[in-house]
Amino acid sequence: MKLNELTIAGLRKLLDDREVKSREVLDAVYKRIDDIEGTVKSYITVTKDAAYRAAEDAEKAIRANKASPLTGIPVAIKDNMCTKGILTTCASKILDNFVPPYESTVTARLGGQKYLLTGKTNMDEFAMGSSTENSGFHTTRNPWNTECVPGGSSGGSAAAVAADECIAALGSDTGGSIRQPASFCGIVGLKPTYGRVSRYGLVAFASSLDQIGPLTKNVTDAAIMLNVIAGHDPLDSTSAPVEAPDFTRALGREIKGLRIGIPREYFVEGMDKDVEEAVHGAIKRLESLGAVPVEVSLPHTGYAVAAYYILATSEASSNLARYDGVKYGFRAAGKDLLEMYMNTRAQGFGAEVKRRIMLGTYALSAGYYDAYYKKAQQVRTLIKQDFDNAFSTVDVLVTPTAPSAAFRIGEKTTDPLQMYLSDIFTISINLAGVPAISIPCGFSKAGLPIGLQLIGKHFDEETVMKTAYAYEQSTEWHARRPGL
Amino acid sequence: MSAQETFGNGKYEAVIGLEVHAQMLTETKIFCGCSTKFGAEPNTQTCPVDIGMPGVLPVLNKKAVEFAIKTGLAMGCRISTYSRFARKNYFYPDLPKGYQVSQYELPICEGGHIDIVVDGAVKRIGITRIHMEEDAGKNIHESSSGNYSFVDLNRAGVPLMEIVSEPDIRTPKEAAEYMRKMRSILRYLGVCDGNMEQGSLRCDANISMRPVGQKEFGIRAELKNMNSFRFIEKALEYEINRQISVLEEGGKVVQETRLWDSAAGVTQSMRTKEEAHDYRYFPEPDLVPIEVTQEWIKGIEAGLPELPDAKRERFVSSYGIPEYDAELLTSERAISDWYERAVTAGGQPKAVSNWMMGELMRLLNEENKSLEDCLLKPEQLAGMLKLMDNGTISGKIAKTVFEEMYRGGKDADAVVKEKGLVQISDEGAIEKAIDEVLARSAKEVERYRAGDEKLIGFFVGQVMKAMKGKANPQLLNDLLKRKLQ
Repeated sequence: MKLNELTIAGLRKLLDDREVKSREVLDAVYKRIDDIEGTVKSYITVTKDAAYRAAEDAEKAIRANKASPLTGIPVAIKDNMCTKGILTTCASKILDNFVPPYESTVTARLGGQKYLLTGKTNMDEFAMGSSTENSGFHTTRNPWNTECVPGGSSGGSAAAVAADECIAALGSDTGGSIRQPASFCGIVGLKPTYGRVSRYGLVAFASSLDQIGPLTKNVTDAAIMLNVIAGHDPLDSTSAPVEAPDFTRALGREIKGLRIGIPREYFVEGMDKDVEEAVHGAIKRLESLGAVPVEVSLPHTGYAVAAYYILATSEASSNLARYDGVKYGFRAAGKDLLEMYMNTRAQGFGAEVKRRIMLGTYALSAGYYDAYYKKAQQVRTLIKQDFDNAFSTVDVLVTPTAPSAAFRIGEKTTDPLQMYLSDIFTISINLAGVPAISIPCGFSKAGLPIGLQLIGKHFDEETVMKTAYAYEQSTEWHARRPGL
Repeated sequence: MSAQETFGNGKYEAVIGLEVHAQMLTETKIFCGCSTKFGAEPNTQTCPVDIGMPGVLPVLNKKAVEFAIKTGLAMGCRISTYSRFARKNYFYPDLPKGYQVSQYELPICEGGHIDIVVDGAVKRIGITRIHMEEDAGKNIHESSSGNYSFVDLNRAGVPLMEIVSEPDIRTPKEAAEYMRKMRSILRYLGVCDGNMEQGSLRCDANISMRPVGQKEFGIRAELKNMNSFRFIEKALEYEINRQISVLEEGGKVVQETRLWDSAAGVTQSMRTKEEAHDYRYFPEPDLVPIEVTQEWIKGIEAGLPELPDAKRERFVSSYGIPEYDAELLTSERAISDWYERAVTAGGQPKAVSNWMMGELMRLLNEENKSLEDCLLKPEQLAGMLKLMDNGTISGKIAKTVFEEMYRGGKDADAVVKEKGLVQISDEGAIEKAIDEVLARSAKEVERYRAGDEKLIGFFVGQVMKAMKGKANPQLLNDLLKRKLQ
């Protein structure tokens, strides 16, 4: 097995036992990038020189027996997390020259452990999309089938992990943007509880929904990554003052007697047969491990997509107002201030971003606020109550991550609504703020990965991860690699 | 309704409400750690947060909340134990995020009042609400720079309170008085320096006219850019006349925002209702709601200083000075503190008041100085008053002594000794001087005795001149009259 194909846990042992050096791991990663990046296109920026410099530092720490879990581990970061001195574009032309003078809290925490930043990964522009086709630069390919999308918006991070162009990655999830690409690329993707991880330095799409999380090759690595990034941050008022446990300690705990809820609204007539089979198979497997399936109802599920596209776009319309050509980023000329604003935003933003800014602006406008934004907030409260009610009887919920396996590039670009519906199973989770993970649970007839979503109570990532780990240990899905 | 409250020959009444923006005197900005100091080089007091860089987040300054609560308590408001911030969205180069973080639906304070005194009568002006928000930066337009402008973001993120009054104000004079009282309270609390020229205290006015007796409000105009008490009065006066002429000519007042042009002395239309922004307010998702405990409110209340109204009443009752004096002496905390120190040091209350409002204010105004820069200490004024009481110096000499003390910060004793200003009450010496004057003024003495009694002033003047002003005036008068009989 090549070094770039290993997991964090696997590499940790080799590095600490001095069997390999960080730079050798980097050699393997960058060799892989050289070989396949032209096809997969996971990255926007590759930070090779900086990674080798960081590797020297990491080696010193390892030699001094001062290694932390991520010391010397090559990690890719989605290009919407600010990295000091390194281009951070959000896959948007409007930020194509933006180099932040500050570091996001999550990357600062990784940096504190002397991780190796491999590069900044591709995404849908400002995290708006489900396929990376909305990137202002290029579309990332699914490593399992390069005619297919890797999912999105964290498609670059998911593809980089699946294609072994890094060991692990960070993504962000506003309506499924970690879990859906993890599902499409056959890897593990975790969206923590809203408030578990600091958003400081994450370029905002929808502030009340955005959450950073890991994309990894297995559940253990997800726990290792979460350990590093979780916890209150005084720079983010919405990060919860809740002590983060050692998530790796939850792994290996029994799931005997665990009550797993099967929400009936997520298993509907006409759903994709491959997905239905894989997920039912997974439920059977969990049952064989001692878990007890219980049918539950989340009655307001049908309103989630509508409420989400009002709330997320409303916040986005405001969050993206700062890209006005005045202070940083792209500026188009204009004969006066208004024209400069209009030209800059017309040329700087892509079609989907503009569509969402307009939707959000409309929803917040005088006379419409009560009918749209306020109503959507009320729906959000009901959806949150659905989850609270369900969790009064079960410990964890099990659903498909996405309604289908990866779709073909271009298949949904002409129909935004079809694209929005690919997040139908993940969106409610963001509205409720609860944690959820996607893990591989099978393959479609076309050989594309299928993801299983496990949803937990607020700040109960441990039950989610313990269940995911138990399932993972009893299957081989996660060990399959794309034949790229 | 008194004549002073109506306009247009008694036909109209003005309805005025003020929106005051007060910069809070916190050390740091409302959502980041940058300094709030005024006057630094452009863009030197900024950071990624107040510049609105991608991905940064606000963290609320607790001091700003404390100041807002303090102000609310001082103005008799209800303090909300649960309030929140909202975003006010609009594009402008001095607004880095494209929205201002403000409060909208749930402000920190609601329902208070300020009492003002106009023409001797107390009037209560309601306060609708007080909310917190961040200030914007400044656009700098220089003709020399041609086709572009500069943006200074030092002010962006400085904490502001917006204090909104009820439409209870009826005259420009009341509006100015309300602002004076507002400034006085804010300065007493130490929450705002009240500098209208530098813009740390700003005022917008909503004004409409209605026929006397009508209940419904007329169509209003919003006035901006009035950066002094005088301009508030002038702009409102202008606007009252403008709106009356529109109405008298059968026209309709247009709902619009108008700018006061102090050079031209007129208000000019800036934007109409149709051009008004739709601010698309919604709750700020980057900040959690502000929850204030009763304990915290009580603690702040316990720490409130004595406010101008209470202090004025106390000055009248315990020092026996007239309302008018008390009003002036309590307008500023520094003045009232100075006054009380002088009185405590033994100065007779009314005498201290007279000297402060007369000579002291005159001298300070001449140099455009404030009491804080004054070399003269209140205890020194009390010392001088003692010398007057015991006859060491006359009132006339006291003026000279006072000015010397003011310039050099010396005690009255020292000035009197140095300049030899001790009053001469020696009858012999005064008589001698009188005799000399009368001897060389035979004509005037004759005219005086013939009934031209006004000449007494001439004789006093001559004697004083001869004695270098040091004669005890009372004694001089008595002796002179006796000798002239």
